[in-house]
Amino acid sequence: MNRRHGILLTLGLIALVVGLFGVVDRLRFGLLHVGYGTPIPWALWVALYIYFIGLSAGSFLVSSLAYVFRIRRFEPVGPAAVFTALVCLITALLFIWVDLGHMERFVEVFFRPSWRSPLAWIVWLYTAYFFLLLAEAWFLLRRRFARHRDAGGVRAALYRVLAFGTQAGSAADSEKDLRIVRILGTVGVPLAIAFHGGTGAVFAVLMARPYWNTGLFPILFLVSALASGCALLTAVAAFLVPRGYPQDKSLLPGLGRLLLGLICLEVLMQVAEFLVGLYGSAAAHAIPLQEQLFGANWWLFWIVSVGLAVGIPALILATVGRRNSSLIGLAGLLSAAGFIGIRWNIVLPGFVVPELPGLETAVTEPHLIFGRYVPTPMEWLVSCFAIGVALTLFAIGFGLLPLGEEAQVQI
Amino acid sequence: MAVVHLENIAVRMQHDLARALTKPVQDRHWGMVIDLRKCVGCNACTVACKSENKTPPGVSYNVVIDEETGRYPNVSRRFLPRACLQCQRPACVSVCPVGATRRRPDGIVEIDYDACIGCRYCLAACPYGARSFDFGDFYTAGQTPRTAAYDTAPSFEYGQLRRRDPAQPQASPIGNARKCTFCLHRIEKGVLPACVATCIGGARIFGDLNDPLSLVAQSAALPSAMRLKEELGTQPSVYYVP
Repeated sequence: MNRRHGILLTLGLIALVVGLFGVVDRLRFGLLHVGYGTPIPWALWVALYIYFIGLSAGSFLVSSLAYVFRIRRFEPVGPAAVFTALVCLITALLFIWVDLGHMERFVEVFFRPSWRSPLAWIVWLYTAYFFLLLAEAWFLLRRRFARHRDAGGVRAALYRVLAFGTQAGSAADSEKDLRIVRILGTVGVPLAIAFHGGTGAVFAVLMARPYWNTGLFPILFLVSALASGCALLTAVAAFLVPRGYPQDKSLLPGLGRLLLGLICLEVLMQVAEFLVGLYGSAAAHAIPLQEQLFGANWWLFWIVSVGLAVGIPALILATVGRRNSSLIGLAGLLSAAGFIGIRWNIVLPGFVVPELPGLETAVTEPHLIFGRYVPTPMEWLVSCFAIGVALTLFAIGFGLLPLGEEAQVQI
Repeated sequence: MAVVHLENIAVRMQHDLARALTKPVQDRHWGMVIDLRKCVGCNACTVACKSENKTPPGVSYNVVIDEETGRYPNVSRRFLPRACLQCQRPACVSVCPVGATRRRPDGIVEIDYDACIGCRYCLAACPYGARSFDFGDFYTAGQTPRTAAYDTAPSFEYGQLRRRDPAQPQASPIGNARKCTFCLHRIEKGVLPACVATCIGGARIFGDLNDPLSLVAQSAALPSAMRLKEELGTQPSVYYVP
């Protein structure tokens, strides 16, 4: 665990402690103290849920470039990518779990699923994906655990447990494990496309919300996932992997170029959505888009999404940052953070237009107020807690697990 | 042309209701026609519904949309009462991940409060904004020395007795999606829904759409009768006569 991991761990633990106040409120009073309501039934937590689930899918799909599509250059980042995907999945599920009116009933989706609902499908797919990630991570790491079991200290004890009796083995054994990883990765690619496209479909199937109700929407979800996941992974590879990738100097520039391409694809998708939606005069299509461009939260679009997620990283990656690992990492970090704005603008504008004209003034009561939504302190604190979980897991994982570059013995 | 009623419509609807109840449940199709020309926008339906179903703050099964139209001097107000439209192809039912909401054989879309996980997907899916979420608010809890009786009085939704209690902020129906039940507990006893019984203009006509002799079926057959957002294919059981 180096200094960076220490800082990250400290931040994570502070976030956990501070966020605990929100969690206690959430567990004690349910959803009483949230800022959203019936007219805006999904808000900050749902936006952060799709943000993290996108990071997970994207990070995983980048790992598949190495294991499924055999682009050897990306192989060293594989373990880090799979671990990142796992942490982001756990965080995403935390966010959607606290958003349920009855948290204790989440298991009902397993006991009595309704297969007509995209939501039921994605919960089952997330579960399959979770186990697949665990298996893939273990097969990637078990020889490493075995090789380093005598490292000494906490790490040795941890590795001995996590190896589950695996021996260090020969290069041929490692090759065999890699074959299993490839099979898992090959199953994982359609799975990731299905669960994240499915997450987009959760929104896209709703004809009540014309802003979401387009065929492009699930595809947009996937592209955003790829771009944001690649961005986060780039930052992780640059800043969190201990000692970096000295043997694979082309890795970070490769990730940088991939990120630049994915950012361009994201822009293409968004431009298509905006141009088509804004062209007509149908209010339910156009107003959510106009609201993003010129509404109260215009800065989320122009500064966070256009600037942070897309513009500045693209500029860095295309010019000064082509070979500089730190700058590539910085571009990834900025982009990954900026995607929060893009995810917010996927969820919230969907509720801008009342289902029936005049509904917004018919009855006005607590939690039945149309118009602008501002998250409450409780919502922020709970979010802080969930992000604290992510930071802590990242710090522990990258500080203690052999997720980085290995001496090239396995193949 | 307005329907000319030769007898008291409330009496007629009672008879229609009694006749429908003699049929097996799957042969009934509860429906409503709202004659907008008779609606004066008094919100008696909204209040009667609140009183009947003891709905908490933020949950209003019935609303009356009040819109001003035209430009001075040619201005008027237009009222659109909206409860749950009890769609025959409900957008809210198919999206529920646990099948907690379903269409009953008599056409009423019901919610199983003990199965609903509170994901609010149905709220996002309803094209009419007819569903509310129970966030656990009370009109008087914490505001007055004692919580008022009406805040904790039980309501009879879908035939079940439900009691909300500030001491149990996470017990159903708190944390669930909620909506108009067509006052199922009343109609099964042969009593008209609260909003229908209370309507001072007689704008609401309720009964069995499957019964060709019922007032509701005859009113729904008027050439001017229309349904909201017909193009979505949800096939509401509530018609409007503009």
